Amino acid sequence: MRFQPVIGLEVHVQLKTDSKIFCGCSTAFGSEPNSQTCPVCLGLPGALPVLNKKVVEFAIKAGLSTNCSITPRSVFARKNYFYPDLPKGYQISQFEDPVCQHGWLDITITAPNSISDVCQGGKEEATEAYSSVRRGDSDEANDGKRPKADSVKRIGITRIHMEEDAGKLVHGDVSGLEECSGVDLNRSCTPLLEVVSEPDLRSSDEAVAYLKQLHGIVTWLGICDGNMEEGSFRCDANVSVMPVGAEKFGTRAEIKNINSFKFVKQAIEYEIRRQIDLIEDGGTIVQETRLFDPDSGTTRSMRSKEEAHDYRYFPDPDLVPLVIDEAWVERTRGALPELPEQRRQRFMTAFALSAYDAEVLTASRELAEYFEACVALQANAKAVSNWIMGEITRNLNDSGTTIDSCPVTPRMLVELLKLIEGGTISGKIAKTVFDEMWSSGEEPAAIVREQGLVQVSDSGAIEAIIDEILAREAGQVQEYRSGKDKLFGFFVGQVMKASKGKANPAVVNELLLGKLKG
Amino acid sequence: MKISVADVEHVAQLARLELSEDEKSLFAGQMGAILGYVEKLKELNTEGILPTFHAVPMENAFREDLACPSIGVAKALANAPDRVESFYRVPKIIE
Amino acid sequence: MDICDLSIHELHRKLKSKEVSSVEATRAMLSRIETVEPRIGSFITVTHEQALADAEAADKRIAAGEMDVLTGIPLALKDIFLTEGVRTTCGSRILKDFVPPYSATAYEKLKEQGVVLLGKLNQDEFAMGSSNESSAFGITRNPWDTNRIPGGSSGGSAAAVAARLATATLGTDTGGSIRQPASHCGCVGLKPTYGRVSRYGVIAYASSLDQVGPLTRNVTDSAILLGALAGHDPKDSTSVNTPVPDYCAALTGDVKGLRIGLPTEYFIAGLDRDVQAAMNSAIATYRSLGAEFVDITLPHTDYAVATYYLIATAEASSNLARYDGVRFGHRAADAANLLDMYVKSRSQGFGAEVKRRIMLGTYALSSGYYDAYYVKAQKVRTLIMQDFTMAFAGVDVILTPVAPTPAFKIGEKVNDPLQMYLSDIFTIPVNLAGTCALSVPAGFSASGLPIGLQLIGKPFGEETVLRAAHAFEQATEWHTRKAVI
Ligand SMILES: [Mg+2]
Ligand SMILES: [Zn+2]
Repeated sequence: MRFQPVIGLEVHVQLKTDSKIFCGCSTAFGSEPNSQTCPVCLGLPGALPVLNKKVVEFAIKAGLSTNCSITPRSVFARKNYFYPDLPKGYQISQFEDPVCQHGWLDITITAPNSISDVCQGGKEEATEAYSSVRRGDSDEANDGKRPKADSVKRIGITRIHMEEDAGKLVHGDVSGLEECSGVDLNRSCTPLLEVVSEPDLRSSDEAVAYLKQLHGIVTWLGICDGNMEEGSFRCDANVSVMPVGAEKFGTRAEIKNINSFKFVKQAIEYEIRRQIDLIEDGGTIVQETRLFDPDSGTTRSMRSKEEAHDYRYFPDPDLVPLVIDEAWVERTRGALPELPEQRRQRFMTAFALSAYDAEVLTASRELAEYFEACVALQANAKAVSNWIMGEITRNLNDSGTTIDSCPVTPRMLVELLKLIEGGTISGKIAKTVFDEMWSSGEEPAAIVREQGLVQVSDSGAIEAIIDEILAREAGQVQEYRSGKDKLFGFFVGQVMKASKGKANPAVVNELLLGKLKG
Repeated sequence: MKISVADVEHVAQLARLELSEDEKSLFAGQMGAILGYVEKLKELNTEGILPTFHAVPMENAFREDLACPSIGVAKALANAPDRVESFYRVPKIIE
Repeated sequence: MDICDLSIHELHRKLKSKEVSSVEATRAMLSRIETVEPRIGSFITVTHEQALADAEAADKRIAAGEMDVLTGIPLALKDIFLTEGVRTTCGSRILKDFVPPYSATAYEKLKEQGVVLLGKLNQDEFAMGSSNESSAFGITRNPWDTNRIPGGSSGGSAAAVAARLATATLGTDTGGSIRQPASHCGCVGLKPTYGRVSRYGVIAYASSLDQVGPLTRNVTDSAILLGALAGHDPKDSTSVNTPVPDYCAALTGDVKGLRIGLPTEYFIAGLDRDVQAAMNSAIATYRSLGAEFVDITLPHTDYAVATYYLIATAEASSNLARYDGVRFGHRAADAANLLDMYVKSRSQGFGAEVKRRIMLGTYALSSGYYDAYYVKAQKVRTLIMQDFTMAFAGVDVILTPVAPTPAFKIGEKVNDPLQMYLSDIFTIPVNLAGTCALSVPAGFSASGLPIGLQLIGKPFGEETVLRAAHAFEQATEWHTRKAVI
């Protein structure tokens, strides 16, 4: 039997505010346990929450950037359950009226390289289908619903709601906690957005594509630092499988604690396999929460937290309704930066760049802004694009830095390009100059002057060099004239070498041809 | 309104309470009586009536995003029944 | 003259004229507490040292001519108000050793004026009760008849005023917890409009109903304390921003033309004969003062108790989840694992009434019942509010009894929670409607028990309520009687 995975993602986005969502404690990461706490985030008797306005503004930005409608009157609710990292015995979240609803994101699905959206059942065949799909050449898996390479798919966003984070539990690694757990409430009450997708994803690749898209948006908006290791961007996946063509989704498992793109892929693929195998063996899937273990790449049930799942949501009487009028929405919309997708489109139309170039240049907001700064200085867009994707990217990777700490400013790069256009230096020399600019931070013109790298176009000077070479290499000249044309390159090389690369290649070619004709 | 001992046990479990057998049957009776009494609300037709969560109409109470000093570890842990270093300590969570 | 008999404004005058020092007044109170308190049980904690320190600071302030109306006045607080450095138990075993790291806004405001804190007052556990019998620190006795309850849940606050163990006290009112004990103990108890006084640092019972208020010897003191407590608190999202009027200026003594509503639903057959008689003479008094009476109807009154016990217990079940033995409060020894620790700590820490209400509230919120119970109750609450809105279209205040009977006997209703709940029938609707109401002494039963009169005002109509109560007080002498202990 063939199976169709169905995946929905719940992403927790930690917001980049200075203070927590319901109290004034700092949200800074990694300070002494329980040092960033107050009566509110400790859940002391009598303490009351007050909503951080910045959190609402960030939520509206996220909603508008994911095509959501902003709820005019939304309400905070209490999600009641007992856990030591949850000081009040309830989490303040949103339930019936979340701040954003009914949005979507378009993802681009490129060539398959993972377990597909259609999986062959039966142990042997299954692995067969699996591996062949991994190679991306399986007709087996290519028939049916998989979109063509580079097709665009729209993923629904059910809702985005605001909520407070819980604290942290520490086990073992502290002396005195071998047999117990330690509770650190510094993270308690830090602001989160929970972004819930529709179950529209059909493969681990689609899931990763969607997640990267969302990650790109929240970091681009500057509302989240996107740091997955520190848990600023966490993902839970709801995974189920159903027989191909079936109407009704299978029973889903919710996989928690997935904190990297790589793990999302691993976790989902493992879970799909696990469920298919279980069904193949005549078992049935139970609805449960499962924990992903990065070390083994597997998921395991965490039933204990499941038992008696009744959160008893009700509106939090300590908080008042949140009313967001049109004016507020429009004010926020006006302040939104151009989003990656929009900017990609503009780069292609305005600067006639290829989809690929536009993609790379909009990988980060900073990179895109660097590019625009260069173009604004009247540089040739394609040339700038080539240099950013070539020299700059290479140097950044080598030095392990990012564009915002690039020693070569847009102005310097443009001046370098102008030197090439004006014929002052050759493209080859330019690379030498660039490396010098990178290490010394000096102006390109100055480098060219000091190192005497100005290109020689004066035919007299070049002729002299050519004559000298031709005299020295009389034998080669004979061979060339007797028809060995490919030696031409050899002569050019010799001339360039003798001129230390400064001779203008065009002039060299022209003169050489003339002289070799004899 | 009939409340069984099983109902009482389920609710007690949700509320993290432990009741003696006597308490269970006592609560079953008393909760039954009280819930029986509140049944009278069913007499009222509340079609199209909006629920009131705050008697005094209120909306949009905010604080600005300003980090202010916390109360500090010493005060935070002053009432802790058990602690180690600057953590609250709790018994192992059996998963 | 016995300093302990003085009200706030009387003592203020003597402190101002240096006739009496705050230290003298405080010493007098502390020694009376020593002799009388054992027979009443109104205190959970007496703060001798702090009281004297506060008093000395107050005397310095008075000497320096920086005196406020409450400077040097010896007050006591219901043990539901967090007081930094002073144990705060909320009448519960689960908090028996809890020393808060911060103070309630209400107490902070009093401290700014330089009050003297005598101690923390007994109450029903987590304010859940109408008799003070559910306190983990022993019962409180009614100073007028020590075999009877003082009312609850602010029973200690009312008893302390009636026994002259504090010049005035603070309580909280969720379903009548200030007005009913004030009525049973013959003092003035004010429940302000929801949002008028900050709830920050006040241990929550039912967040959408809880409100802080004063219990005092007379209406003037009530106006003084409300003026000190009222106002917006940025730490409480539900505290309102409307300006605070001069409540004392409202005490003109003039009620000519005041339209007073009499709700038919409150003058029912079951009403105690003495209570009915007290209401009748009060009506006569008001008539003689030139007030007009209008018969009104509050048709959903009969549903208030049911509505209240669903909403209050639901909110309480969630508010009391934080008492888990992790960060503060009682933790059971010998817990095998975390779940065991939760269950044992909470079961050992909470008393029967608290457990009963947590159970009820948890049930009302649990899946399958939420709409039938909690949401339904919130809809009926809307109807109850509309009753008041319509009634107030035609009247300025509403006059009712506070309780159907005078204080009942200790132990009389402990085994019948429903009967206990029903005794709050006249006070509960006010909390559901979120408006303000006050209890003022209006007579005594044949057996000499105080009977209170309830004046209900429009939302933020505290001035009118205080004015009406003050005029009545001027025309009667009930408030001058003292319990003999
Ligand atoms: Mg969540
Ligand atoms: Zn905090």
